[in-house]
Amino acid sequence: MKPLYTLAAGAALAAAVTQANAAEIEVLHWWTSGGEAKAANLLKQKLEAKGHTWKDFAVAGGGGDSAMTVLKSRAISGNPPAVAQIKGPLIQEWGEMGFLGNIDKVAREENWDSFLPPELSAYDKVDGHYAAVPVNIHRINWLWANPEVLEKSGIDSLPKTWDEFFADAKKIRDAGFVPLAHGGQPWQDATVFEVVLMGVGGADFYRKAFVDLDPEALTSDTMVKALKTFKKLRGAMDPDIAGRDWNIATSMVISGKAAMQIMGDWAKGEFTAAGMTPSEDYLCEAAPMTEHMFSYNVDSFAMFKVDDKGKQQAQMDLAGLILSKDFQTTFNKAKGSIPVRMDVPLDDFDACAKSSREAFDAAQAQGGLVPSLAHGMAVSASVQGAVFDVITNFFNDPDMPAEKAAERLASAVRAAG
Amino acid sequence: MTPTDSLSRASSRRAGRRSLAGTLERVLPRLVVAPSLAVALFFVYGYMLWTFILSLTGSRMLPQYNFVGLEQYARLFANERWHVAATNLVVFGGLFIAICLVLGLALAIFLDQRIRQEGALRTIYLYPMALSLIVTGVVWRWLLNPSLGIEALVQSWGFENFRFDWLVDPDMAIYTLVIAAVWQASGFVMALFLAGLRGIDDSLFKAAALDGASLPRVYWRIVLPCLRPVVFSAVMILAHIAIKSFDLVMALTGGGPGYATDLPATFMYAHTFTRGQIGLGSASAIMMLCGVLAILIPYLYSELRERKHG
Repeated sequence: MKPLYTLAAGAALAAAVTQANAAEIEVLHWWTSGGEAKAANLLKQKLEAKGHTWKDFAVAGGGGDSAMTVLKSRAISGNPPAVAQIKGPLIQEWGEMGFLGNIDKVAREENWDSFLPPELSAYDKVDGHYAAVPVNIHRINWLWANPEVLEKSGIDSLPKTWDEFFADAKKIRDAGFVPLAHGGQPWQDATVFEVVLMGVGGADFYRKAFVDLDPEALTSDTMVKALKTFKKLRGAMDPDIAGRDWNIATSMVISGKAAMQIMGDWAKGEFTAAGMTPSEDYLCEAAPMTEHMFSYNVDSFAMFKVDDKGKQQAQMDLAGLILSKDFQTTFNKAKGSIPVRMDVPLDDFDACAKSSREAFDAAQAQGGLVPSLAHGMAVSASVQGAVFDVITNFFNDPDMPAEKAAERLASAVRAAG
Repeated sequence: MTPTDSLSRASSRRAGRRSLAGTLERVLPRLVVAPSLAVALFFVYGYMLWTFILSLTGSRMLPQYNFVGLEQYARLFANERWHVAATNLVVFGGLFIAICLVLGLALAIFLDQRIRQEGALRTIYLYPMALSLIVTGVVWRWLLNPSLGIEALVQSWGFENFRFDWLVDPDMAIYTLVIAAVWQASGFVMALFLAGLRGIDDSLFKAAALDGASLPRVYWRIVLPCLRPVVFSAVMILAHIAIKSFDLVMALTGGGPGYATDLPATFMYAHTFTRGQIGLGSASAIMMLCGVLAILIPYLYSELRERKHG
């Protein structure tokens, strides 16, 4: 009887302790589409198992643009949520304005530095302290392809260089297909351009141009060459790209109307939803000339400053859960990305994810790891917007020479910076 | 106590009550209007002032009060995209208002010929106004998409050389906005004109007919001048639809191809809210306000002054 009594008392005590530290935290995120929403729900359940309450604050749309707008208005009114999905340099901006808290305690306890790549965890630290927790790694420089269309066009392997690409594009066009599926939205134009720039200029040049924003690099011959290659891609697309969503472009590859698409690995979700298996029904390979490079897009959750001890505990518990091995596995399988923890085995991930991890390791070793500008990892939102304007305008204006676009790029970046 | 006494007391009591009622009568309208006036002053004019103040600061992601003078305006006018947006507004607004007025008037005049099933026709023409601009935008995006909509349809009929690819042509895309907006709003303008036409006394027509005036002449010289107040209201309503057009652009073209169909409203939204350039965005908002005032004040002034004299 006595042990049972102690157990009951212990349980009661434990309950009391969790009660004391339990809190409701509001979580702002834009995980609203099928698989993502399921993953968010999973996280919510796990957090609630720890006794906390997850107040859902999902804002759909615009790849997070709408969520950021809502976050700003909440912050201005002095009432930001406890946790918000923010990424890249924006985390620093929020941190510098003094909005973010400190979750070093859980980071130390769980030894985050031992399994997070330092290149990526740097985004989540403000003045050397963890203020945010990374979730996943997306790779941008992917070339997705429909093998059936390639076969019908007489092509047996995906192009490794841009010259090969344009030769293949001609064959595909002659066989009656669209060589490259694309959606004419500024961020998609910029996605394709940055992939071209990585290939043409290499990782060091990419960093000089798109991270350091070096005016010389922005107007250099390499940049002009990249712009010319990019413009040439317009000929490999169908005429009706204007305003098309990325997933419609992906469905052109799925249905066999188009042969290839350049897009981040969230595109995998569309292939999976269509019941296709990687390397059989569709191919995923590095975009031409970027085999040992990896342009990344990392989602993070930033922790806002809260006074309540219980809320602080809830933030840390959430951070711990996000980086727990089983959440990393479940979530990233649903999202198409790879775990941000380098010690999570990818055994039951698909071939594309495995090849993504290999590319990441290779790129990390060879200095080929670069932040994606198109996805807000490289520069501030204002510079990113200015680059988008120039790129998309150049791509859609048949008469603008590449030299002029490079000049405009440099001046727009200067004006926005 | 004499009867007169009580009588005078009663009447004085009544007078007191009457003066209370009188005060209430005088004060009540002001009391009722006061809250909405206060709300309007604060939320409309107060925020206009705040936007103006922000436009003089170097605010980026959040409002800050580090004043930089007119630097944001200088940056705005050095911005290529702003020029595109401003030009687009002139093209879009001008065409939209003109075509809506002409089409609305024509429809109203035809409907006014005492035709059969007028009610049904009126509803059909008015119905687009019931749709949200987002729906209009999406529907027209499909119709105008060369590989899905009108072009594909006509080509499938055998006219292989038929081209109607304005939506994907950076030089023509702005006109697709005009098409969709006119489709949406001209029925409403028709209803305005129809109401105006019904207000014109029939005897005017009869008198003009007696004088031997032809029907077009009657419309041109008599009916149109009578409709002037309606034109005034229609222009007011259309102008504000044109200037605040945001949802239509978002749904129909997304500002594309490139930023060829950007309007000041979408420019302002992008810079203020998604690009963390609140200062620049506020400057563009103030320029929009100045543009509206520059057009509306002279128009309001001339219209209202003439009406007072006439």
